[in-house]
Amino acid sequence: MQNTTIAPRDASWREELRKAMTAKERTQIPRVKMTELDPAYRITCNEEVNQGITAEQAVLEATRCLDCPQPTCMEGCPVAINIPGFVKNIQRGDFMMAAAVLKETSALPAVCGRVCPQEKQCESKCIYHKMKKEPVAIGYLERFAADYDRMSEKKSAPAMPERNGIKVAVVGSGPAGLSFAGDMIKKGFDVTVFEALHQIGGVLKYGIPEFRLPNSIVDAEIDTLRQLGVKFINDVVIGKTLTYDQLVEQGFKGVFVGSGAGLPRFMGILGENLIGVMSSNEYLTRVNLMGAGRPGYATPVKKGHSVAVIGGGNTAMDSVRTALRMGAEHAYIIYRRSEAEMPARIEEVHHAKQEGVEFLTLCNPVEYRGDEKGNVKVAVLEKMVLGEPDASGRRSPVPTGEFLELPVDEVIVSVGVSPNPLIPRSLEGEGLKVSRKGTIEVNDDMESSIPMLFAGGDIVRGGATVILAMGDGRNAAQHMAAQLIEQPVEA
Amino acid sequence: MNKIVSKEHFSENVVKLVVEAPLIAASRRPGHFVIVRCGEKGERIPLTIADADTKNGTITLVIQAIGPSTKEICALEPGQFLTDVVGPLGKATDIRKYGTVVCCGGGVGVAPLLPIIKAMKEAGNKVVSVLAARTKDLIILEPQVREHSDEVIIMTDDGSYGQKGLVTNGVEEVINREPVDLVVTIGPAIMMKFVALLTKKYNIHTMASLNTIMVDGTGMCGACRVTVDGKTKFVCVDGPEFDAHKVDFDEMLMRLRSYN
Repeated sequence: MQNTTIAPRDASWREELRKAMTAKERTQIPRVKMTELDPAYRITCNEEVNQGITAEQAVLEATRCLDCPQPTCMEGCPVAINIPGFVKNIQRGDFMMAAAVLKETSALPAVCGRVCPQEKQCESKCIYHKMKKEPVAIGYLERFAADYDRMSEKKSAPAMPERNGIKVAVVGSGPAGLSFAGDMIKKGFDVTVFEALHQIGGVLKYGIPEFRLPNSIVDAEIDTLRQLGVKFINDVVIGKTLTYDQLVEQGFKGVFVGSGAGLPRFMGILGENLIGVMSSNEYLTRVNLMGAGRPGYATPVKKGHSVAVIGGGNTAMDSVRTALRMGAEHAYIIYRRSEAEMPARIEEVHHAKQEGVEFLTLCNPVEYRGDEKGNVKVAVLEKMVLGEPDASGRRSPVPTGEFLELPVDEVIVSVGVSPNPLIPRSLEGEGLKVSRKGTIEVNDDMESSIPMLFAGGDIVRGGATVILAMGDGRNAAQHMAAQLIEQPVEA
Repeated sequence: MNKIVSKEHFSENVVKLVVEAPLIAASRRPGHFVIVRCGEKGERIPLTIADADTKNGTITLVIQAIGPSTKEICALEPGQFLTDVVGPLGKATDIRKYGTVVCCGGGVGVAPLLPIIKAMKEAGNKVVSVLAARTKDLIILEPQVREHSDEVIIMTDDGSYGQKGLVTNGVEEVINREPVDLVVTIGPAIMMKFVALLTKKYNIHTMASLNTIMVDGTGMCGACRVTVDGKTKFVCVDGPEFDAHKVDFDEMLMRLRSYN
C-alpha cells in the first residue's frame, strides 16, 4: 500500500522529521493518557467515556513513533493503513493530511479509532514492545485525526475517479458493507446499499452503545459516503423484499453480502425463556436502536436491579455497562473461564470495573428459576476450574459440581451469534454454498459459489470484529472491481 | 415512508389500512408479515398482511388499537404516512391441496387468515371458515371470507350473531360431521391453544400463526422465541406458522406478558 500513498516514507518532510530527533529522545516520552469521564458521573448518562486527546498531546504522541523502515504496526492492521504516514503527518501538524492518509484505506477511521482492538493489532506489533515500553497510541491518534477532520469546516475528500456507470449492490449497511461501498464508490462504481432496518449503520447503530461509539460519529461517516454518491435504501430485506434475481434484473453487475451475524445464540438451559431473560442483541437493540428508556420513545425495556450478563466478550461488556446506565444496582459479568481468557478488549473490562461491574468468573449458568408469573428470579451457577487448552488455545472451563444461586431480575445472554439465515435461505435454490454453521463460503477473493456474489464480515466469519468485517469489504471491493473492469459489461 | 391510501373502521378499535408498499405487494405471499413503525420514536410492530394489490402497489393491514403504538397507527388518516414498513417477513404458508381445510380465526386474526382462505380455495381445497368474536360487532371481513369459502360458521361468545359459543365449538361441529385434513388457526394465543388441544384429540394436523413480541423481525433479537417440540424457535424467521400441536402455548402466553 505504501507505494501508492500520499505520504510515502521517502518524502523529504518525513526524512527531516526523522533527523530532527534521536530515537533515544523519542523513546523517553511517556505514552499519552486518554482523558476519560469520571466513572461515577458516566454511569448516570450515555456520554462517550473516552474524551479524546488534545492537539498538543497528539503531536507529542506522534513524535514517539520512530518511523521504522519496516513498519511492523502495518502488518497488524487488517486493512494495512499507512500508519507511520498518518502519524508523521500529525507530528508535523498537518492533521487534515493525516486524515486523508487514513481515508486511503479505511472507510470509517473515526469508528476504528474507537472500537478496534488496537492492543491486539497494530499496537501489539509496535517496535516499542521490544524495548519493553508501551507502544505508540496508534488508536488514539487515529481517532484524533478522524475527529479533527470531521469537526473542521473543510473535510478532506478523497480524490474521485470518473464514474464507470457499473451498478453494484450492497446487502447490509454495517462495517463490511460500508467499507465495501466506500471503496467501490472511490473506484468509480454506482453503489446502492440496501438495509433491512430503519437506520443505516448495522451493528454500529444497534449494537455498540452510544457511550463507546456515539451515533453522530457513525452518521458523519455515512454522510461522507453519501456525499461521495453512495445511495442508501433502508427497510429493504434482500431475499424477501427484493430477491437476488431481481437485483440482477435491475442491472446490478455485482452484489456484496454483508448481512451480519443475525441470530443470537442461547445456551439451551432450563428457564432460558423466562421473562427477563434475553439476548444481548435484543437488549442493545432496544436501547441503542429503538431508544428504549429515553423520554418519548415508545419501545419498552426491562430495567433490572440485579442484572447478570452471561459472556466475556465486548458485547457482554457493552450490555453490562448499559445495564448500569439503565439503573441497575448490581450488574454482573458471568464468565465460565477466568479473566485472562476473556475475549473482550482490555479497555472495556477496565472501564466496566471502574464503573462498578461485579465479575463472577469461573462460573457457568446451568438453570434459571422464576416466580409464579414467569419472571426470572435466580440464576443457578456452576463453579468451574481451568483445564487443558481447547481448540481456541484458551484453557477450557471444567465443571466442579459445586453450585451457587445468584438473585437476579434480568439476564442478558451474550454467548455469541450465528449467521443470519435470511440470505443463505433465499439463495438455497441458486447453488449458494453455505457451511454447516450457516456461514456463506467464499474464496480468497471473497467471492461465493455464485459468480459475482461476494460476501464478507460476520455472514462469512460467523462473529468477528468491526475491523475484520471492514477488511473483508475492502478485499471484496478490490476483487469485484478487478473482475468487473477486466470484463467490460455489455451496454 | 409509506402513504396511507384508504382507511376503514371495522369497529371502534379495529381499523383497516391500505398502505402504499409496491415491493412488498409484489413479493408477499399468504402467511407473511411486515414490521411497521409510526414516528421517529415509534416501536417496531409486527403485523400480518391481510391482502395485497400488485396493480396499485398496496398492502392491506388490519390493526387493533391495544397499546399506545397501535393506537397511534389506528389514528392515521389517508394521506398520512407510516414511517417504515418492512417485509414481507417470515415463511409463507404451505399452500397445497389437502382436501378439507378448516380455517378458524378469532378477532383480528381473521385478517391474516383471509389470504390463506383464498389461497387454500384456489389450490382446490374445500374450505370451511370459522369466524369467532366476543360479539357481533367484532366479526370482521365476513363478506370477503364468504366469497372464498365453501361454508362459513360464525361463533360469538354472547350469541349476538351466528351461534353462541367459542371457536372450538364451531370447529368441533365440522370435525364431527366430516373428515378434516387440516386446521389453520390465527387469533389470540389462548384461542389457538384451545384449538390445538381440540384437534390433537382428533389427531388432525393443525397450523397456528403465532403473534409474539418482536423487535427487528429478521432473526436478530430473539424476543419472539417460542418452544416448539421442545426446541427454541424464532417466530420471525422459523415461523410465524408452526405445528400447533407442538407449540408450548403456556410459555408463549407467559412471554406475551413480558412488558405488562
